[in-house]
Amino acid sequence: MATRYFNDLHNWLINEEFSSLRQARLHKAYVLWLNLIANPLALAGFLVVLALVLIATLAPLLANHDPILQDLTMALKPPSPINWFGTDEFGRDVYSRLVYGARTTLYISVLVTVIVAPIGFAIGATAGYLGGWVDVVLMRITDIFLSFPSLVLALAFSAALGPGIENAVIAIALTVWPPIARLARAETLTFRAADFVVAAELQGAGMGRILFRHIVPLCAPSIIIRLTLNMSSVILTAAGLGFLGLGAQPPMPEWGAMAASGRQYLLDAWWLTTVPGIAILLVSLAFNLLGDGLRDIMDPRNA
Amino acid sequence: MPEQSKPILSVKNMSVQFPTLSGVVTAVNNVSFDVGREKVGIIGESGSGKSTTGRAIMRLQPATAHVIADEMRFEDVDLLTASESEMRAIRGRRISMILQDPKYSLNPVMTVGEQIAETVILHERLGRRAARERTLAMLERVNIRDPQRVFNLYPHEVSGGMGQRIMISMMLISSPSLIIADEPTSALDVTVRQQVLSILDDLIRERNIGLIFISHDLNLVKSFCDRVIIMYAGRIVETIEASKLDQATHPYTCGLLEALPSLDRPRDRLETLKRQASWAEA
Amino acid sequence: MSIISVNDLVVSFGSGSDFKQVVKNVAFDVEPGETFGLVGESGCGKSTVLGALAGRIKGWSGSISIDGEAVGPKRSRSQLAKQQMVFQDPFGSLHPRHTIGRTLLEPLEIHGFDQRQERVERVLRDVGLPPGFRHRFPHQLSGGQRQRVAIARALILNPGILLLDEPTSALDVSIQAEILNLLKDLRERDKLTYVLVSHDMAVIAHLCNRVAVMLDGQFVEVASREQLLRGSVQHPYTRTLLDGSRGYVPPPKLAS
Repeated sequence: MATRYFNDLHNWLINEEFSSLRQARLHKAYVLWLNLIANPLALAGFLVVLALVLIATLAPLLANHDPILQDLTMALKPPSPINWFGTDEFGRDVYSRLVYGARTTLYISVLVTVIVAPIGFAIGATAGYLGGWVDVVLMRITDIFLSFPSLVLALAFSAALGPGIENAVIAIALTVWPPIARLARAETLTFRAADFVVAAELQGAGMGRILFRHIVPLCAPSIIIRLTLNMSSVILTAAGLGFLGLGAQPPMPEWGAMAASGRQYLLDAWWLTTVPGIAILLVSLAFNLLGDGLRDIMDPRNA
Repeated sequence: MPEQSKPILSVKNMSVQFPTLSGVVTAVNNVSFDVGREKVGIIGESGSGKSTTGRAIMRLQPATAHVIADEMRFEDVDLLTASESEMRAIRGRRISMILQDPKYSLNPVMTVGEQIAETVILHERLGRRAARERTLAMLERVNIRDPQRVFNLYPHEVSGGMGQRIMISMMLISSPSLIIADEPTSALDVTVRQQVLSILDDLIRERNIGLIFISHDLNLVKSFCDRVIIMYAGRIVETIEASKLDQATHPYTCGLLEALPSLDRPRDRLETLKRQASWAEA
Repeated sequence: MSIISVNDLVVSFGSGSDFKQVVKNVAFDVEPGETFGLVGESGCGKSTVLGALAGRIKGWSGSISIDGEAVGPKRSRSQLAKQQMVFQDPFGSLHPRHTIGRTLLEPLEIHGFDQRQERVERVLRDVGLPPGFRHRFPHQLSGGQRQRVAIARALILNPGILLLDEPTSALDVSIQAEILNLLKDLRERDKLTYVLVSHDMAVIAHLCNRVAVMLDGQFVEVASREQLLRGSVQHPYTRTLLDGSRGYVPPPKLAS
């Protein structure tokens, strides 16, 4: 009974004779999903990212201690049934801090994405569409940003802006947009001479309409893929800033800062650096795998 | 002469199937044909399976495709059971393929001369100098006036017609006995097309070899080939002497001929093809 | 009065050593309801002439007037709506992520037309497609269906002139016949004027009243349909093109 229902649903979703726009959209999502589960590495990446989101949203339920509450009598305890991943130098539960740290990581990565995607697209697409001196000026500015190693640039910005998680987000965003702008420009250049864009121009469509109605839907997949692949470097940069004391400020749980503070106790309390280190590794690897998988699935050049 | 009348290529009941999300698609369905020392045209619309047929003979079908046949024999080789290394020895040396756009078939970072010479060195183990001599002679054979200069050009520096002549010289330098040409002149202008075809024609006659000419252009196949195979929906619907194409009996062939605008037979309206399900089943 | 009048049209690209005149002093008039052909081989400048007429190519000099009004390289919205273009490649001329309905609605939005849904349905019917096609994406359509949609998009602004750039050369023979018939029907019904670019003399002779044969940016001959069919053309190049459309002609064998 249930299998028949799922078979019918599958057939309805796979059928390309759409009777409505909603079916067309669901079909696209479903095909994406089928391709995703056919790619085990991408699926693994997707599951880890999904777990990260779940852990971040359900942090208060999952954590078994207060992540900020200090208890010096409990300092530097090794992993035990009470403190699953041990405790840090202030006696805070590492497991609970890890769970709440997922929120910080997610907060940074989502915010950076939200800032960077529109800015990168607007700059790159404008340069690509208009060409000429606009292109030269915008791309040289992009080059200036690109010419610095991103961690150094992020360090410089967050040092100038002052420590704090919001400033870290701004500093990271400033280093992430240039590759997005380059990508958007390249994509715009390939599409701006396409017949359907010319047809729209010959019908009187203005630049705004062409960029946002015609170019955006075509650039979106490659920008999403690029951002997903970038996510690991965003997370690593955030951790790096946290490690250097420029990102999240104590007592806020952040994986990079946790690893940094555990450094002094590395020989006595290995769990302090190892556990957040593994979390950073796992999440950035997952984003990379997901990004690679998405590229295989979504990039029209692979189709 | 029995050696002459024996077909170079013999295909019996060949099918090519592609698995897709919504089931198996049969791109080529039970086709049988022989190719002797002649020019055989395969005509069909897009999706008729004509290019897939050409590729399946070379065993160049995509990895996901299944080719099944009762027989696929090329001279003394059983193409069905030949190993991949045996196929590599056949491809380019005994069966050559000419594609529509030479730009995609030539390596952009090697001069065209080096590429042709490479084929000779690879297949016949000639020395560099001998290979160069052969290449220059071959370039001259395809009516390239200044072979020395062309030898040192890169693919992007040659025109479409020149590129296709270079492809022909590359494909013919190792003396194949069968050439598969998939729309070799569709990207060329009329005047250039005449030259390229006349070179191809001469070489085929001169060397007494076979040609499979895959095209959608009825007029071209009619005037260039000896025999025409007409494909529809993965099947061969008719095989006919090229000169007798106008007397074709299958309704699909007749429909195609009627649909073609003609300078010699101007009509106010063109007949449109009324497809029948039975053509795909026959 | 001519609906299209072109005088001393010169189009050039590049500058310095790259400078190239692609169209050299071309002049022609097209009467209302007429179909004027431009034939020639790749690079002869036929598509460039069409591009200048459409407003796609901006770097031209000379004069072009459309519907009695002189137009410059930059067109106003109402000037753009007087002529619309149909492209060669039915796979490249429709936005891959827009439904057919969205593609057809867009020009109506730009030009502020009312009764949009009705117009979309009507134009789809005109080109022989069911109204349900509005929900489809281009990849779900065959080449011929896409070209019908491209024609519908060109027609939806009610232009008097259609500029056709090799509209059937990417299509199969049987589909080409359908599209050529459709173009003939629409021309008769709506009294449309066509400018048709093609490399195929048979297609030109089927649809056009007159044809300009282009070679290296210039007209070598303007011939009527009757001349083409009778074969009474003046220029040897025109003859070469006519022969070419009949297929392969073996060169005369020299004694050897």
